[in-house]
Amino acid sequence: MSAALRACRALIARDVRLALRHGAETLAALLFFILVATLFAFGVGPGPETLARIAAGVVFVTALLSAMLSLDRLFAADFEDGTLEQLLLSGLAAELLALAKIAAHWLIAGLPVVLVAPLMAVMLQLPGPAYPAMIAALLLATPLLSLLGGVGAALTLGARRGGILVPLLVLPLAVPVLIFAVGATEAAAMGLSPRPHLLFLAAMLVAALPLAPVAIAASLRAAAE
Amino acid sequence: MDRPATPPAALASGQAAPAHAAPEGARATAGRVNLHRFANPGRFLRLSGQLLPWIAAAAALLLGLGLAWGLAFSPADYQQGETVRIMYIHVPSAWVAMACYSTMAIASASALVWRHPLADLVAIECAPIGACFTAVCLVTGSLWGRPMWGTYWVWDARLTSVLLLFFLYLGHIALVNAFDDPARGRRAGAILALVGAVNLPIIKFSVDWWSTLHQPASVSRLAAPAIHPDILWPLLVMALAFTLLFAALLLLRVRAAIYAQRARALMAARAAVRA
Repeated sequence: MSAALRACRALIARDVRLALRHGAETLAALLFFILVATLFAFGVGPGPETLARIAAGVVFVTALLSAMLSLDRLFAADFEDGTLEQLLLSGLAAELLALAKIAAHWLIAGLPVVLVAPLMAVMLQLPGPAYPAMIAALLLATPLLSLLGGVGAALTLGARRGGILVPLLVLPLAVPVLIFAVGATEAAAMGLSPRPHLLFLAAMLVAALPLAPVAIAASLRAAAE
Repeated sequence: MDRPATPPAALASGQAAPAHAAPEGARATAGRVNLHRFANPGRFLRLSGQLLPWIAAAAALLLGLGLAWGLAFSPADYQQGETVRIMYIHVPSAWVAMACYSTMAIASASALVWRHPLADLVAIECAPIGACFTAVCLVTGSLWGRPMWGTYWVWDARLTSVLLLFFLYLGHIALVNAFDDPARGRRAGAILALVGAVNLPIIKFSVDWWSTLHQPASVSRLAAPAIHPDILWPLLVMALAFTLLFAALLLLRVRAAIYAQRARALMAARAAVRA
């Protein structure tokens, strides 16, 4: 294993360990996901037909919002205490550094949402056949949201009110993700094939995987200048 | 990248005087003719000062001609009736809104690659203009939708992507102004503009992706346009007028931004002398 890969693994392990030790903050984002989904039930009423109709949309919109919630600290803590500058000087390519941070963010914020989402879907009366498509869509959509969100988080480093800016920048970019993820789930719920929607999601992920780290690396360098 | 980046102070200070600009210009033109020489703010101010009155006059003339032709002398549509006249504002503003984003993306790319201070200014000054044209496009579109579709707003692919374009412009403006250091805001804005440029193809092709309520694009079929020439001609005049209007507004805003930077630098210098 090359030195760069070892450094990436160490970075990911460090971020995950930090998140586990600040367990309350990590859980808060997950709790937010569950709470907002519950609010929809209060908002539209407990009728099973209504809930089943909006279940897929609610799951993905709340997943998107809870990803936003954890984003503003993605690079900010490292930026404020100077760790980021040291990491950029360490010789590790900034793009790899960005990719490692994104992978860590997905493990901390994305994966738990994927695990809890079926529970929310049950409470929201999502039709049975939609579950495999929903989980597949979540597995493709949550890394995409981490990648897009990482761009927003890196761009707003050092900004006044960076926390409010991130959703403003990222949410418009995340709309296609939402459209195809909900499309896959609803197609499966209606007995149609979710395959085209999932393929679109996969294509976006394949495109974002190399491109987003480049944008993040450029933003990080601009922030550290 | 081999040439050192022009510091912001150079942009603000004496580069207007040809004597100061000469060594820079001579070095740039010595080897080959290149576009870098137009990145000199002083040269830009002189050139744009000569061009601006002509562009503005042409825009005003064509705007008057196109509006009179479109609103008064062109025939009403057999299906849409008089509401078709909204198109003479709606379609050109949509075109300019998208062209403005391309301009912003290209300027941002050259700002990131060559660190031209002028490209940075062009990219930043594009955003408010683009936001205004996008807003005009959305408002006229919903006014047209009310009699035609029976509702002010439809969640149609193209409408939605123009709305997203509007949000991208607003996000860009917010990001550029969010930093205490203007240079940092410009860099972040340039990166965001390039990331957002991915959205432009989505707008372009969303019509094909989702079959929806919205009219399919009917002007682009050049061989046999689906629009009658009586309507097409005033529309094209308006498109040209809006493009010239955009160019005039952009030149004006960039000139104003350069002067504002100079004024700030002068005030800072005066404050330093006094202190």
